[in-house]
Amino acid sequence: MKFIDEFRDGTLAARIAARLAAEVETGRDYRFMEFCGGHTHAIARYGITDLLPTQVRMIHGPGCPVCVLPIGRIDQAIRLALTRDVMLCTYGDVMRVPASDGLSLQRAKGRGADIRMVYSAADALELARLHPERDVVFLAIGFETTTPPTALVVRQASLEGLGNFSVLCNHVLTPSAIAHILHSPDADLAGEQTASIDGFIGPAHVSIVIGYAPYEAFAHDYRKPVVIAGFEPLDVMQSILMLVRQVNQGRFEVENEFTRAVSRHGNQAAQAIIDEVLERRATFEWRGLGDVPHSALQIREPYAAFDAEKKYALDFSSVADHRQCDCGAILRGVKQPTDCRLFATVCTPENPMGSCMVSSEGACAAHYSYGRFRDIPVVSTPEPASTPATATTPAQTA
Amino acid sequence: MTSNRGEDRPRRNYLRPLDFRHGRIDMNHGGGGRVSTQLIDELFVPAFDNDWLNCGNDAAVLDLHLPEGHRLAMATDAHVISPLEFPGGDIGSLAVHGTINDVVMLGAAPCHLSASFIIEEGFALADLKRIVTSMAAASRQAAVPIVAGDTKVVERGKGDGLFISTTGIGVVPAGRRISGSGARPGDAILLSGTIGDHGVAIMATRESLTFDTTVESDSAALHTLVAELLDALPEGAVRTLRDPTRGGLASTLNEIARQSGIGMQLDETAIPIKTQVAAACELLGLDPLYVANEGKCVIICAADQADRAIAILQAHTLGREAARIGTVTDDPHGFVQMKTGFGGARIVDWMAGEPLPRIC
Repeated sequence: MKFIDEFRDGTLAARIAARLAAEVETGRDYRFMEFCGGHTHAIARYGITDLLPTQVRMIHGPGCPVCVLPIGRIDQAIRLALTRDVMLCTYGDVMRVPASDGLSLQRAKGRGADIRMVYSAADALELARLHPERDVVFLAIGFETTTPPTALVVRQASLEGLGNFSVLCNHVLTPSAIAHILHSPDADLAGEQTASIDGFIGPAHVSIVIGYAPYEAFAHDYRKPVVIAGFEPLDVMQSILMLVRQVNQGRFEVENEFTRAVSRHGNQAAQAIIDEVLERRATFEWRGLGDVPHSALQIREPYAAFDAEKKYALDFSSVADHRQCDCGAILRGVKQPTDCRLFATVCTPENPMGSCMVSSEGACAAHYSYGRFRDIPVVSTPEPASTPATATTPAQTA
Repeated sequence: MTSNRGEDRPRRNYLRPLDFRHGRIDMNHGGGGRVSTQLIDELFVPAFDNDWLNCGNDAAVLDLHLPEGHRLAMATDAHVISPLEFPGGDIGSLAVHGTINDVVMLGAAPCHLSASFIIEEGFALADLKRIVTSMAAASRQAAVPIVAGDTKVVERGKGDGLFISTTGIGVVPAGRRISGSGARPGDAILLSGTIGDHGVAIMATRESLTFDTTVESDSAALHTLVAELLDALPEGAVRTLRDPTRGGLASTLNEIARQSGIGMQLDETAIPIKTQVAAACELLGLDPLYVANEGKCVIICAADQADRAIAILQAHTLGREAARIGTVTDDPHGFVQMKTGFGGARIVDWMAGEPLPRIC
């Protein structure tokens, strides 16, 4: 595939790996957080950890859209679909997020709720046009990447006067979350509450929308280097090398590795439509981070008719995670998946207890699906057996 | 193989023939009365056209004169695909290929099929005829007749147009032992061709994705490919055959690893995949290792026969892109591991639930 294979080249990767090995300073550790689930997935999917010097440790951040969605918000959507007879549309990876009472959107569908998986907000709007007799609700989630399309469909619905369409808006903001990780009230008091981080791999797609200027303030204030990186594995390798160099040189700048897509000020048309339709909430609960001020968006008053929270007078009630679930600490980078007692015992991708196990971008699912062989001793490849088979073969099974 | 090929099915004259242009299935077509019989007489019997069906009995009598030590393999498969027709096939041809392949994966030569149809009230007779015709063509091409069948009609809203279940039997020669439990450390893991074609063809149709060239389903009966392979290699060299359908290559390899109590080491760069399929998977956020195939086969064989096996596979039209993709290991944890093209290592795990696209 043109423009993709170039960024997955193993030879180039080996060259960067060699440079990294040469440039890391002995006797010091480098702890970098990749904020985005897209990076977490790339690291696990391509086995990037195997190419890094042992001193470099990657800490998985909270940038997995479905992972940070609190249970209470999924409950809201499920209640809406089960009791108010709406057609609820949402993105595929929200479908299996565990909610209260052993339900998920997928299970609610099995109980008769009309829940549709869509690839874009525009598909949800189209369903509303096609089914004027039904109330269609789009459960909008995600960071700034998926926000502009949501804003666009709200404005479009308003222009068309589509009274049967509304949006349950759960969009969250990246810079607020990164600042919160660096400056949560308990961060300064106890080292175990937040991980000590030497630098950040900044978001790829989010930064296409918001640009890289928004990271400059906290890079400076918190003296942490940030490198904006694409989601391909070579992007990740290169950005780690750039972070190592910043740390070695005592710099704390925002650098842009993802120059083929990200500019300093981002997509200003997209920002304008977001600003026209959406505004910051005073506070929003994140799974794992708790209440984070000014970290999410809601629909502005002129578009209130398309705000499902108002249209259906939905209350939000906070629901606690499973007592033994460490998703919170994992999302803050304090713990690793294997530190959680539920990991790979009762919590698996087939039966996720916590949100980090749901999406392949979640730290737990990524480690379980791609990397759990690292937790146990490596075994050898034996000498081949010869032909024909001599041992008796057990009975055939279909 | 012969049957008690009997007298021709008595010809019945119906006042009005079925309207295959505008007609629709109604509840009477499954009611067992004259209308049901007319559907069988005017659609299924002429389409599948064989002496067993022509007899008009409730069951087919098969005279299988099996030589000493030969055994029968039997498999059944329900097909519920949506859309019913897709580039490269339809539910009818798929129902024939799917069940033939299940029988073939035990090293059997497929000989007979049965088929049952669950049709939703209101289904267009024109669509049914097209699908049944395609099914009959697939069965004829494979030379595996459909010798028994059944038709039921469910009320509108209680089915998704058309479901087809097929059952097949085949003959396993004496001494042949091919099983999911047969893989042993050191064996070679081969794949008969590119992965993901079927699943991407289906998803592209569902999601109206268009590419420069259409991705077609790889739906095909694999019995001639497998027969050529098994005939050419020493008996016992092929330990396991399996078609990586639902759940894709990843799930199939994990099934074999569990059944055989072994692990696997794969090489990502060796796994054949079409560029369009890889691109579609990128767009949809899917891993092609988990995307379904309907005309491919995983072969686990003795390492010293791997090169020969590849040559035989590549000489067949259905195996042109066959490749050795890995080696069986003695991993007690049963992990299917893979060296990525990037130079790292990962697990290729079971699929968890339905493949869902990621949003980022």
